[in-house]
Amino acid sequence: MSTTTSDVAPRYNDDVVRLFTIATVFWGVVGFTAGVFIALQLAFPALNFEPYLNFGRLRPLHTSAVIFAFGGSALFATSYYVVQRTCQTRLFSDGLALFTFWGYQFFIVIAALGYVLGVTQSKEYAEPEWYADLWLTIVWVAYLIVFLGTVIKRKEPHIYVANWFYLAFIITVAVLHLGNNIEIPVSLTSAKSYPVVSGVQSAMIQWWYGHNAVGFFLTAGFLGMMYYFVPKQANRPVYSYRLSILHFWSLIFIYIWAGPHHLHYTALPDWAQTLGMTFSIILWMPSWGGMINGMMTLSGAWDKLRTDPVLRFMIIAVAFYGMSTFEGPMMSIKAVNSLSHYTDWTIGHVHSGALGWVGFISFGALYYLVPKLWGRDRLYSLKLVNLHLWVATIGIVLYICAMWVSGIMQGLMWKSYDSMGFLEYSFVETVVEMHIFYVIRAMGGLLYLAGSLIMVYNFIKTVKGEVRRSEYPEMTAQKGTEALA
Amino acid sequence: MLHHHAKLERKSIVMLLFIIVTVLIGGLVEIVPLFRSETVIEPVEGVRPYTPLELAGFNIYIREGCYNCHSQQIRPLRDEVARYGHYSLAAESMYDHPFQWGSKRTGPDLARVGGRYSDDWHVAHLKNPRSVVPESIMPTYAFLSNNQAELNDIADHMKVLKMVGVPYTEEQIANAYIDGMAQAHTEDTDENVAGLLERYGDKINARVFDGNPEMVTEMDALVAYLQVLGTMVDFTSAQSIEPAGEVAADVPVEDAPATETAPEVSADEMPAPEDKSGE
Repeated sequence: MSTTTSDVAPRYNDDVVRLFTIATVFWGVVGFTAGVFIALQLAFPALNFEPYLNFGRLRPLHTSAVIFAFGGSALFATSYYVVQRTCQTRLFSDGLALFTFWGYQFFIVIAALGYVLGVTQSKEYAEPEWYADLWLTIVWVAYLIVFLGTVIKRKEPHIYVANWFYLAFIITVAVLHLGNNIEIPVSLTSAKSYPVVSGVQSAMIQWWYGHNAVGFFLTAGFLGMMYYFVPKQANRPVYSYRLSILHFWSLIFIYIWAGPHHLHYTALPDWAQTLGMTFSIILWMPSWGGMINGMMTLSGAWDKLRTDPVLRFMIIAVAFYGMSTFEGPMMSIKAVNSLSHYTDWTIGHVHSGALGWVGFISFGALYYLVPKLWGRDRLYSLKLVNLHLWVATIGIVLYICAMWVSGIMQGLMWKSYDSMGFLEYSFVETVVEMHIFYVIRAMGGLLYLAGSLIMVYNFIKTVKGEVRRSEYPEMTAQKGTEALA
Repeated sequence: MLHHHAKLERKSIVMLLFIIVTVLIGGLVEIVPLFRSETVIEPVEGVRPYTPLELAGFNIYIREGCYNCHSQQIRPLRDEVARYGHYSLAAESMYDHPFQWGSKRTGPDLARVGGRYSDDWHVAHLKNPRSVVPESIMPTYAFLSNNQAELNDIADHMKVLKMVGVPYTEEQIANAYIDGMAQAHTEDTDENVAGLLERYGDKINARVFDGNPEMVTEMDALVAYLQVLGTMVDFTSAQSIEPAGEVAADVPVEDAPATETAPEVSADEMPAPEDKSGE
């Protein structure tokens, strides 16, 4: 880490980073709101308004808004910020970088409009139809050019580890996107297309894509974030360079194999299922290698957790990363999967990763970035950061506990026999038992959303240059701070 | 290792190529053999491409995001076979572009829902699920009854599907619109229905699905699709291929249960097809 924090505008292109930062916060609130709404729909079906606002059309809206709009914008913002600092050079092309911003926002909007209007490929996390896929391809190539171009013209001899992860994320998402979207439109004026592959093959390719959307979009990219912002915030070097290397190559090699664990006991050939399970279990090790590297970066600085809520966000994120990367391999074991698959347990697992890891590491990065990008000395309020942290954490705990209980309970109820050897419960009897957990889950989501609104308030105040003076007693002694300028 | 890596991380393009190779290996090993191995899809008698009306229904199923809450993949586990019927075969989804196996059962599996309930039940259920299953949390789909099924360009859809390997004949494509209309109102188009059966087989369900003979609606199309799910393969005559034995999935429409409770089959009659469950 040879960067300094005093870098200012003309040297680096921070305009596009600011735009993506605003987009991250905006889409975060939109995505969380959509999530709370569809959670409520499952608890109270009267909240479905056919045809446009039915659960089946809004669920992809929620997943795309949080993964691609919120998560994607966070990755663009941080990757552009990090690559410039760690390469000591300005972005490769300002114009192309700005194009990636507007191009990506346009993709989000056309994809979202499509869902509400019923335009979807029905492939999870790859729902956008052919025209949106083509557009995203163009934007993504531009992203690769901007990022790689910046890395190539770097002034540092070495490529910093965060950039390895960002690069692997960008290139692999491109491969996945192209591989999973080979489709033929019905006509050039029709939104509808048919994928070239069908049945078993389409299932395997879809979950090769789907699992690695998690592995590379939601993991590798955000690990890049971890490898820059945790050391910066803790003011410590990365724990182990050797572990970074091992972590990086083993993670990207092994992740790709894990897709078939989404297809246990299906018509996919057994050998593929077993291969998927085996690699999923192996994946536990590189994942925890990354977690250890992130956590141990605090060696000698653990006391900062007592005073720095931003660092606390990042470390809780890494802890959730560790937890869900243990839970995932466990659920990929076929015996466990025979109970957990098709139930809410999977939903809970995804959200401990998404809310805990992806969300919290992004919030940590945002709290680090916003004062710097808008030239403020400090955040408006650290107490509000802390409030956000605890409100959101309680929200996550409610969410995942509710889903554990409902998922395992439903799995057991489906498999329950009476003394005569008949199935004990009809399907709808299991649905009835879910209700209370769906209500608790929605409350958890509501808390998470509330936390993000606290963040928005904090950011607005910060950007305006305000500080909560009661929290910074030393400032009253000084006269005229930059923050008030 | 460190020494070599220090060299690697100084060269961005080499690093990029290393990354690409590293991430391609797993996918290639798992995906390519699926296209080359003849054992992936064991041939089964009876699986046919969807009729034009069923295809329109398949597209509505996708449009409404039914896959978000319903799977179409019965696992070879004792309870699933008891609840839903014979476990799903690869061949049964070989014409689904894309597959609709799903990943979550907020509602029950639909792989063999065909023939389990009457058309009237489906129509009432889709219009307001709580009218037949009071505890259901499914959204309502009453608007399907008011929309005309999209059959005007269904031939174009079939042409694309033919390009990607669905064995539609030229004749089927040429008659797509007529066949689609004929399947949903049988009263005044006897001749067309005969043509439909000739092109797709005698087992086709050709009738007014939604109770409205005036118009071929999206409700007709979706119910026609649901009623064919899992019914193409006759498991009573497929014993030589499937050693699992009889699986009682074929409940005639007239005898279909009036609630969402799946037919229960005793454990004695229903051995698990393969002991993969570890139970």
